[in-house]
Amino acid sequence: MSEGIGAAVKRKEDKRFITGRGKYTDDIRMENQAYGAFVRSPHAHAEIKGIDTSAAEAMDGVIAVLNGKQLKDDAIGDIITGWAITSKDGNPMNVGAWNPMATARVRHVGEPVVIVIAESQAQARLAAEAVEVDYEELPAVAAATRALEDGAPLLHDNVPGNLIFDWEIGDEAAADAGLAGATHVTELDIVNNRLAPNAIEPRSAIAVYNDIDDHYTLYTTSQNPHVARLVLSAFYNIAPEHKLRVIAPDVGGGFGSKIYIYPEEITCLWASMKTGRSVKWTSDRSEAFMTDAHARDHVTKARMGFDADGKIVGLKVNTVANIGAYASLFATATPTYLYGTLLSGQYNIANVYCDVKAVHTNTVPVDAYRGAGRPEATYVMERLMETAAREMGMDPAELRRRNFITEFPHQTPVIMTYDAGDFHALLEKGQAAADIAGFAARKSEAASRGKLRGIGYSCYIEACGIAPSKAVGSLGAGVGLWESAEVRVNPVGTIEILTGSHAHGQGHETTFAQVVSDRFGLPMDNITIVHGDTDKVQMGMGTYGSRSGAVGMNAIVKAMDKVEAKVKKIAAHTLEASDDDIVIEDGEVKVAGTDKKMAWHEVGLAAYTAHNLPDGMEPGLKEGAFYDPTNFTFPSGTYICEVEVDPETGVVEVVQFTAADDFGTVINPMIVEGQVHGGVTQGIGQALLENVVYDEDGQLITGSYMDYCMPRADDVPSYVLEHSTTVAPSNPLGVKGCGEAGAIGSPPAVINAITDAIGNNNLTMPATPHKVWAAIQEVGLPQAAE
Amino acid sequence: MDMTGEYQIAANRADVWQALNDPDVLRACIPGCEELEMTSDTTMTAKVVQKIGPVKAKFAGEVELVNIVVEESYTIQGEGKGGVAGFAKGGADVRLTDGDGHTLLTYEAQATVGGKLARLGSRLINSTAKKLADKFFENFHDHLGGADKDGDKTVSDAPETKDAQSERA
Repeated sequence: MSEGIGAAVKRKEDKRFITGRGKYTDDIRMENQAYGAFVRSPHAHAEIKGIDTSAAEAMDGVIAVLNGKQLKDDAIGDIITGWAITSKDGNPMNVGAWNPMATARVRHVGEPVVIVIAESQAQARLAAEAVEVDYEELPAVAAATRALEDGAPLLHDNVPGNLIFDWEIGDEAAADAGLAGATHVTELDIVNNRLAPNAIEPRSAIAVYNDIDDHYTLYTTSQNPHVARLVLSAFYNIAPEHKLRVIAPDVGGGFGSKIYIYPEEITCLWASMKTGRSVKWTSDRSEAFMTDAHARDHVTKARMGFDADGKIVGLKVNTVANIGAYASLFATATPTYLYGTLLSGQYNIANVYCDVKAVHTNTVPVDAYRGAGRPEATYVMERLMETAAREMGMDPAELRRRNFITEFPHQTPVIMTYDAGDFHALLEKGQAAADIAGFAARKSEAASRGKLRGIGYSCYIEACGIAPSKAVGSLGAGVGLWESAEVRVNPVGTIEILTGSHAHGQGHETTFAQVVSDRFGLPMDNITIVHGDTDKVQMGMGTYGSRSGAVGMNAIVKAMDKVEAKVKKIAAHTLEASDDDIVIEDGEVKVAGTDKKMAWHEVGLAAYTAHNLPDGMEPGLKEGAFYDPTNFTFPSGTYICEVEVDPETGVVEVVQFTAADDFGTVINPMIVEGQVHGGVTQGIGQALLENVVYDEDGQLITGSYMDYCMPRADDVPSYVLEHSTTVAPSNPLGVKGCGEAGAIGSPPAVINAITDAIGNNNLTMPATPHKVWAAIQEVGLPQAAE
Repeated sequence: MDMTGEYQIAANRADVWQALNDPDVLRACIPGCEELEMTSDTTMTAKVVQKIGPVKAKFAGEVELVNIVVEESYTIQGEGKGGVAGFAKGGADVRLTDGDGHTLLTYEAQATVGGKLARLGSRLINSTAKKLADKFFENFHDHLGGADKDGDKTVSDAPETKDAQSERA
């Protein structure tokens, strides 16, 4: 069986993961290692009146007790926001200053105030408990809509009304005119619930300062070590880049939460310099709930207008986005350019307008999490479509069909140019796999068991890759979002691929090797993928936004193009043929149509011995490339969910879930299936179970798995997966990306199915048994179940 | 969180009032109380060890008596800091009235918690607080010579087995 593109090769990395031999940050132990523990605010909003560290300093094993003022005095920079958004009135956004450790005021529960460095983790934690911080409590606000009200507590002096920006996209007058002329208008109030990311490996950092060389090394749980180094150097003044090495070893899940450079990592680096010790900090699960960037948390009013034929004539969306106490790295991009730009969905809509108010509140900062803006957009679009179909008495699939975009490229009114897709094909594949024709029979069979069965659709489109750099730069991004790779062919012909993408569960060691194996006809065992170390990999922008395939793998392709050209030149020279006649097949470099050939490793050896190279050719066989795509990629799909609701208890069972996706070229179908399984499960988690709750005082009351419910295997069905492929025209491999689709497409399908089952559209996520039961009581039991 | 309760105490109102203002009595009756010192006629400091759900902590707090109407009512309010466990603060309006051969004590209390207590223990706070209040008044009743009596200590709210979830709903 081939190991090339399209083969379901088993994951190379799993051997070490499933035998417990992965090497994660917390597994690493340095000589002279000390441990950090943070003293964190128990208050949502308070002034720091004083800090008494004397008792802690006197305790066994304590090396140092350091606070935010000392850190600021050493010129360590404030934490930055990486994307500048301009308000619709032309003013730049206002974001509050974010000190790595609080200096004067704390603004969310869990904000770090002091770090204790001690000989053991237990000693550090014990001493942290002995630090006395004198707080003067201030009024707090946790809900974004409340934070915008007159008289609401204000978080930052430079952010009047807690409003970071009031941004718009699209033409408001045109959307209003479209809605005014509509024969039917569907209106929805939508809440997209706040989530906590919950990667299985908590965040961790070991900072190692070497005073001889004035050099730092940071081992950390990062999705993008080069970006971490860049930001730590350029903005936080830890050290210039040549004096700072960032290593992200095996990382156990990220989902976006490990993109950011958090206060703890910065503080550990600084503390290592202050103490002359290696400083390790590993988050516990409780810290993770109140420090890992949260997600979603939108409140939206949406109106969609239709003409008599069911064609969409206008869409207007007003959203309030909760950014939390501070604006994290991608926090301002997520509810704007990753959200408003997808509000055309799969549909041909002339008039779309969206306004987003981003708000500071006394909560954990909110940032990108699997999907990032696109799940929120899809939820708005697909709840509207299903609701409108019901209101107009139309089949929800037919309403979508009438509005599908069918010609590409298609310019939406909200920036994006969709370059490929076949939405009709996806819907057909999904409907066939879900056996739509048999639904009525399944529903009546369920009714005979006293269950309410419902069905819901979601036809999603997303934008992946977060590139080209020129495009994101024009929209306010602080960096370019290309990717880099290096292909090193060794003298014996084996290959090392150095990539700026970072794997934390995605299986890059397998899929990236497949792309190389496919190109040169070499066994995968001869190919190694190297990533996650700024001293090894030349540069990188990292892994998020489903970009490792669409951008990262294509950077490898570009580097392989250069290697191939050189291989052909060497072979042509040796075999006395023309470059153009050389072909590379099955690990051999041949002159087409003859029996003249060299083994792959012979070319490698020739390149390094350099005894007989073409005139002027440099020895060696190693090429690098930076790849910047020409467009975002646009994965799309149809998801169909069937649920059964127990009307006595409100318990929802997802009994069937069909996903028909278009991811462009698929490198490894097994790994892609795994990504869809994981993404859909996270989406079902959001729809049914997960919810971060703050009380009115800004206290986080879902701070453990007792109160924050994660999906388990028995919450999800065995998924039915289908593919319909249109190749992405914007990159050489034709891949679109699959990492986020499941989490983007699934929540509206689940809620559409439940509201269909119970006959009440008034239901918010998570649809817990209590909420579903109450919604059933609100309208009475549907006829079918009586 | 709000709680109310009502207790019949087999002592006269003057004795109950005196006991309610006696640091030795309070120290003996407050569950988990390790220290309690008067710092003025109306203020005291206290150290109390409590376990709420998975969180065990020593709370160091300051307590103040206000709105004092001698032998009738006062408001007791305070705040306790439990280190990394978080904090708890609240108050109670306590009122004494004459009953038939006993003194009727009624209270209305409010409490809020923060930090780890809120994150991990919020669903247990109501039931725990109610239990602690009942335990205090049971101790207080016994201290005033009612140790031989039982069954009539409380006339309302015997929530010892009340489910925390149903209280939140």
